[in-house]
Amino acid sequence: MRRNSKYPFIVGFLIVPVVLYALLVLWPYIQTIGYSFTDWSGESQKMNFVGFKNYTTLFSDSVFREALWHNVLLLIFLPVITILLALFFAFLLNVGGRGGTAGVQGVRGSAFYKVVFFFPQVLSVAILSVLFEAVYRSDGGGLLNGILIKLHLENANNPIEWLSDPQLVLWCILAILVWSGVGFYLVLFSAAMQSIPKDIYEAALLDGAGRGQTFFKVTVPLLWDSIQTAWVYLAIAAMDAFALVSSLTPGVSYGGGPDHHSEVLSTYLMRNFLYAGKSGYACAMGVIILLLTLILSIVTLRVTRRERIEY
Amino acid sequence: MGTEFNRRGAIKRALAIGAVAIPSASLLSACASSGGSSSSSPSKGATSKDNPFGVDKNAELDVLIFKGGFGDDYAKRFEKLYSKEYPKAKVSHNATQNITGVLQPRLNGGTPPDVVDDSGNAQIKLDVLQKADQLTDLTPLLDAPSIDDPSKKVRDTLMPGTVELGTIGGKFVTLQYVYTVFGLWYSGKLFKQHGWTAPKTWADFISMGAEIKKAGISPFAHQGKYPYYINVAIVDMAIKHGGLDWMNRLDQLDETVWDDDAAKEAINAIYQIVQKNYLLPGTNGMTHIESQTAWNQYKAAFIPCGAWLENEQLKATPSDFEMTFMPMPSLPGDKLPFEAIRGGANEPFIVPKKARNVPGGLEFMRNMLSKAGATAFAQSANSLTVVKDGIGDDVPLRPGTKSTVTALKAAGANVFNPTYLQTASSLDVDMGNASAELMANRIKPEEWLKRCKTATVKAKSNS
Repeated sequence: MRRNSKYPFIVGFLIVPVVLYALLVLWPYIQTIGYSFTDWSGESQKMNFVGFKNYTTLFSDSVFREALWHNVLLLIFLPVITILLALFFAFLLNVGGRGGTAGVQGVRGSAFYKVVFFFPQVLSVAILSVLFEAVYRSDGGGLLNGILIKLHLENANNPIEWLSDPQLVLWCILAILVWSGVGFYLVLFSAAMQSIPKDIYEAALLDGAGRGQTFFKVTVPLLWDSIQTAWVYLAIAAMDAFALVSSLTPGVSYGGGPDHHSEVLSTYLMRNFLYAGKSGYACAMGVIILLLTLILSIVTLRVTRRERIEY
Repeated sequence: MGTEFNRRGAIKRALAIGAVAIPSASLLSACASSGGSSSSSPSKGATSKDNPFGVDKNAELDVLIFKGGFGDDYAKRFEKLYSKEYPKAKVSHNATQNITGVLQPRLNGGTPPDVVDDSGNAQIKLDVLQKADQLTDLTPLLDAPSIDDPSKKVRDTLMPGTVELGTIGGKFVTLQYVYTVFGLWYSGKLFKQHGWTAPKTWADFISMGAEIKKAGISPFAHQGKYPYYINVAIVDMAIKHGGLDWMNRLDQLDETVWDDDAAKEAINAIYQIVQKNYLLPGTNGMTHIESQTAWNQYKAAFIPCGAWLENEQLKATPSDFEMTFMPMPSLPGDKLPFEAIRGGANEPFIVPKKARNVPGGLEFMRNMLSKAGATAFAQSANSLTVVKDGIGDDVPLRPGTKSTVTALKAAGANVFNPTYLQTASSLDVDMGNASAELMANRIKPEEWLKRCKTATVKAKSNS
């Protein structure tokens, strides 16, 4: 094939997605940046240009800073906990079984466990929030409180108000995110582990490596690409957390309570955008979130860059 | 958004960077408006005595209803009333729980519906809409002849306060249609069984609480996840103590109201419930349905709520429950009598300014404000409307609704209704946060007052 005729072919494939991407992703970005310099109320086309006022207000807004801090906390804990758990389970399911005559294998019933672990992943966020509303219910009717009361670990007249407790609420949300996320990364890591040749493990076993050593010296290095991808995804999920916080936590319009103790950037943005009529301000927040997410992913990919191991 | 993402499968590193952009995109694209061409040609016919707004007989009428506690059957009956008048006009009926989601894009696009019931959790705040100049002035509706008696103006057939409450920024722009009273609720059956009588003073309420506790029942429940309800109870006690003057100052966002005895007495009274451990265990974290259902199961004696409670709890209420309403108990030195209650219209109906069929929207409202409209509402939604004497004696009422009618009669002219909820949304949010902290005993009344003061100053600077 001659070189020239290749391009119309490629362009033909790309034109539709690129136009759609520009129209549905890039154009809204640009619009948002534009709106962030106005006092747009969100309910009409009337607005005034206000310069950087929204941005300067933003940095002296204590609720915004609190929300940002909560996102940072999620950002630290969500990827670490989820990846460690997923790696651990994936290891057990694939190579953690008793090494006998059959060579390298998972624990007994690993196919069944894989399905069980993946199950939360097929539940939609709406179902998750209904489910966990019942789990975290603030009286004896809740799953957690019910169990604790039955075990006489807490007083029925003074139950733990999980989602209304300022010390606990954010961690309750984190627990749901981990619970619903582990299964997916487990499957991701399992798939990657299965592509690692068995003879590497067998060699390690022959050399007398235990489970711990195999895990840290063989599995983790060979899975680094997948871990890195998982890290970026989880970091993005941690920047979001909108659906769970807004549907489960107390507070007027999009939750975030009690008293902003579970506020995240996205819920604060939505409250300003839709409830308080400060859409211009909310757009400024959106721009800041975009910047943070971009910086974050670039940093993550840079920091975790390692030499690729070929096998 | 997190999960949509996870589902995309194991995309490797090359895709990861591109993927970063997507979730933020869905956040940001919320901001994008459609650029909005508002070149609709409004339809208008000739005005006459029967057609005071000049409705075009053939113009389509587009109705958007919040389908919440009242359902949307009542709206279908209103639409039938309209179709009877204008059989040629096509009436399109839309009902949703998410008013913002449906209405906001249409407002920005310049093609809003003709009548909207802008209510529910996802309502667009009326002060916001008014400031954005999206609401039709409904004054012509007030001055139009009533359908039942053309010699009367619609204005003269309404419950007192309807016009004031619907007025934002000096213009009558919303028709708050449902007439509701607010106070405490209890089970007549439970009280009879134990020989209790509903307390009239706060001191009696507190001493009665001890008795109720002895019977193994929590004296008080509230809808802790949504602090709106406890806010109403607190503010109503303050208004009864400080009088209408105090309420008017609150409505004008005068932050010194929180230094008054009225505010201090009210919040200290409510705080007694917390101190004496009168709260239903867990109530601070409960949704309205969870707490109200626990109350229906006789786990708590009192709960604060508006008159929609009966319709909302229809299925959870035992048939012999005898749901009964009472005003907030009195504090010593109250300016208003015990019978005084917060009463007023809610469930705001609007006609967007850029609607194609504004006259049709007004005519639809005129039908709502007829006796046929009020009766249709009472029958399908178990609630009263702002139409004065709108319901004939032949419409049977449930016990709770009946008790509100009695309370309303006893209150006479002592019915009040603060407007700050409609005009200063941010005060409600901040006050709700403070109240939730107080009910959980994480802050004391002094701190609550301080926070409300700060929130009032903030709300004033926003408006």
